[in-house]
Amino acid sequence: MSKNKSQDTGFLPPLSEGAGGGLKVIEVHNLVKKFGSFVANDHLNFDVYQGEIFGFLGANGAGKTTAMKILCGLSSPTSGEAKVAGFDIYKETEKIKRNIGYMSQKFSLYEDLTVAENIRFFSGVYGISPADRKEKQDKLLKDLGLESAKDSLIGSLPLGWKQKLAFSVAIFHEPKIVFLDEPTGGVDPITRRKFWDLIYEAADRGITVFVTTHYMDEAEYCNRVSIMNAGRIEALDTPKNLKKQYSAKNMDEVFLKIARNTE
Amino acid sequence: MNTLKLINNPLQPGSESPLLRRGLGEAFISIQHISKSYGDVQAISDISLEVQKGELFGLIGPDGAGKTTLMRILMTLLIQDKGSATMNGFDVIKDYKKIRNMVGYMPGRFSLYQDLTVEENLNFFATVFKTTVAENYELIRDIYVQIEPFKNRLAGKLSGGMKQKLALSCALIHKPEILILDEPTTGVDAVSRKEFWEMLKNLQQKGITILVSTPYMDEATLCNRVALMQKGKVLDIDTPAKLVENYTRKLYAIRSNDMHRLIMDLRLYEKTDSAYAFGQYLHVTGKDDEVEATEFENFLMKKDHENLEVFDIQPTIEDVFMNMMNE
Amino acid sequence: MKQFIGFLRKEFLHIFRDPRTMMIIFLLPIVQLLLFGKVINTDIQNSRIAILDQSHDNTTREITSKLVSSGYFVLGEELMPGDDVEDVFRKGKVKMVVTFGPEFEKSLERDGKAEVQLLADASDPNTARILTNYASGIINDYVKKEKLQNLQLPNQINTEVRMLYNEGLKSVYMFVPGLMAMILMLISAMMTSISISKEKELGTMEVLLASPLKPIQIVLGKVTPYLLLSFINALTIILIGVFLFGVPIKGSFVFLMAESFLFIMMALSLGILISTIAPNQMVAMFISLLALMLPTVLLSGFMFPIENMPLPLRILSHAMPPRWFIVIIKNIMLKGTGILFVWKETLILMFMTFVFIALSIKNFKIRLE
Repeated sequence: MSKNKSQDTGFLPPLSEGAGGGLKVIEVHNLVKKFGSFVANDHLNFDVYQGEIFGFLGANGAGKTTAMKILCGLSSPTSGEAKVAGFDIYKETEKIKRNIGYMSQKFSLYEDLTVAENIRFFSGVYGISPADRKEKQDKLLKDLGLESAKDSLIGSLPLGWKQKLAFSVAIFHEPKIVFLDEPTGGVDPITRRKFWDLIYEAADRGITVFVTTHYMDEAEYCNRVSIMNAGRIEALDTPKNLKKQYSAKNMDEVFLKIARNTE
Repeated sequence: MNTLKLINNPLQPGSESPLLRRGLGEAFISIQHISKSYGDVQAISDISLEVQKGELFGLIGPDGAGKTTLMRILMTLLIQDKGSATMNGFDVIKDYKKIRNMVGYMPGRFSLYQDLTVEENLNFFATVFKTTVAENYELIRDIYVQIEPFKNRLAGKLSGGMKQKLALSCALIHKPEILILDEPTTGVDAVSRKEFWEMLKNLQQKGITILVSTPYMDEATLCNRVALMQKGKVLDIDTPAKLVENYTRKLYAIRSNDMHRLIMDLRLYEKTDSAYAFGQYLHVTGKDDEVEATEFENFLMKKDHENLEVFDIQPTIEDVFMNMMNE
Repeated sequence: MKQFIGFLRKEFLHIFRDPRTMMIIFLLPIVQLLLFGKVINTDIQNSRIAILDQSHDNTTREITSKLVSSGYFVLGEELMPGDDVEDVFRKGKVKMVVTFGPEFEKSLERDGKAEVQLLADASDPNTARILTNYASGIINDYVKKEKLQNLQLPNQINTEVRMLYNEGLKSVYMFVPGLMAMILMLISAMMTSISISKEKELGTMEVLLASPLKPIQIVLGKVTPYLLLSFINALTIILIGVFLFGVPIKGSFVFLMAESFLFIMMALSLGILISTIAPNQMVAMFISLLALMLPTVLLSGFMFPIENMPLPLRILSHAMPPRWFIVIIKNIMLKGTGILFVWKETLILMFMTFVFIALSIKNFKIRLE
């Protein structure tokens, strides 16, 4: 198996399916992160293009979270270079934070605030003017069909609604990239698919989506997928090419082959 | 690669086991008309199901389906508002002490002591059940050997997959006749999940009756029988094969180069009933079963979809579940 | 039994692996004792006072020299009638003004009554209280010894007891019993309640409940390590008190430890009771701090004398276990009395322990709700 597969992908047509455009919004070169003698990220190399849905997969402990923290400007790498939304991850973390959105299963919205209060808070954080906020908030609630829930506490809403809202709030300030850390855990299959509709819409609007998931069928929905194992990116390509390369009939098999063969 | 070693397994997953059909007598776990609410929230309402001895039974459903509540009632940790339940003939309220001795339990969050090592955790649970690791090592060996190299590591420093194996070892340490596992594979990567199900299969062969819950629909096919659950109710109980068989609607798989546009177009088509993404394909049903594949094809061709594929497929448990949700 | 030993081993591992717990258990008592004993020293030495003597007779002069020669006071200023007393305080030159009424000696001998006014700068109430106590004690003492028996003087409060059993008037004698009550309360009640509610919070309680362990086994397993550690702490505090600060143990050492043991039991059962109410560590900690630590410090008579409290607080102080414990300890250590003199306090503590245990048993759930 080629360990440097990831480096080749820059020459592929970036988006053989789905959204267009070839502008790099994430560029990662030889990124290394060590904790003591433990290498969490071992020379990562990849690019992510504008409007792309990029699946970031890997077993537990493979180094996904570490890499994601670095890209979000929350942690500094040990060596290597990376740019996110055009900004350097060493020096311009504040600018990076302003240009990305983030949502995870663990933290999304404040449970003890209402929907409108959450939106107002996050608008304030990203410096959206009250007039803009009002207009965008109405549109958001209308699109999600949640107008009636405007003054409900987040804690009282069903999980599926929370996830949709959390995602919409994460992209409320029109970031260039949105990072989604296992966004669809625990919901029923229909709600999960409705969530992916939102992801597609965001990608159509040019927002790059960087997503981790444990559902292998969701990996198929991504334009390109990288699979990490033991700190390295073992494979990076479109789901179609990966399946061909590993002669597998679905992404589940690809994942299992990679994770098991390299143990 | 052979992911599941199921040769010689009398209880082939998804198949109708002759053993089970004949019935081994009484239900080993019996749940009759159980309801439970927390204040205004009805967690489960009127649930009845039976698990046979030696069966691997799955509770399948998303968060809020009531799986945890049901398991806690069986584990004697909660008292139902209505109905009754027995395990191996013991009542979950009256005979709670007997049940606590007999059943192995793994709660939703792997309940391990993060500040104790792997070995210390296992030893502790062994003494709690008045036994020793050595005495029952045979039962847990296959699982424990995988984490034994890390036996001096603190449980808090283990990866999700290893925590899961340790928690299972702890739940097995007293040779329980019944294992109750609450979402053991949630938040764990696909490899560890596969391995975990292999372990369950092996335990089943050793005669342990297993009740397991999961939100992952694809895991249903690994159980002998499953209960599909949603919002505190059971949608259906059957073998995975039967559930799929009973799905009588015509289902098509459709794909093209632009999947998102494809799904949008299909939803606007008047002959489409449902269109959902399933991996690399969309699974589509027509308004009625008269709608032919060619009709979808013609409609989509007109919309300029490239590399269009439309063909019949067999439903998965997930299709079955979604269909039941919509009913 | 094996189950129990296994449980104990686990508990000790939790304690020894958590640096914060270790610090609270082993470092905190010593640091607190040294802090209170050395740094926050409220002993009175050479406090400047002013005298306003309106009679200038033998008695007033003798009392003045008694005050000054006691070592506690230095004569800062002699005031004349008509001087602005408040102004003297405002300048901050003196902490207390002693005013003798006119014809002091005469009225004392004639009516058995005389007027002395003690004015203290109460911007520092603690010091003010101690100063007036000391001064009235000295005056009282002088009058009793030198003059008639049936004299009445103002401010004749409990000075006698203090003077008798704490002759050096050392505050560390007060602090050792008080600190002991506080630290035992902290370790026994707070640490137990936190350690039990931690299991609830992390979900391990679910497994313990679903196991054949009986509730009593879980509780005893949780409590025993803290019983042991608290006892070691009680011993440490007493040893530091005796050898570093020279606090005497006039009574029986065994009796002292037995009473400490009783108090620890009381605190542990209170800790269990808190843990039956608190769903997580944070709530357990808040209840412990608010319901236990503050009252221990404020209402037990450890820092502020109960006699000086307003009535409602005085009534409330009866419900504070440390109040009784402090009385017991002071009696044993400083007065050397036996059970005959503290049986009432001991019974109260026993009763409280019993109530807490009964409530805990009633509250402890064998299930999750």
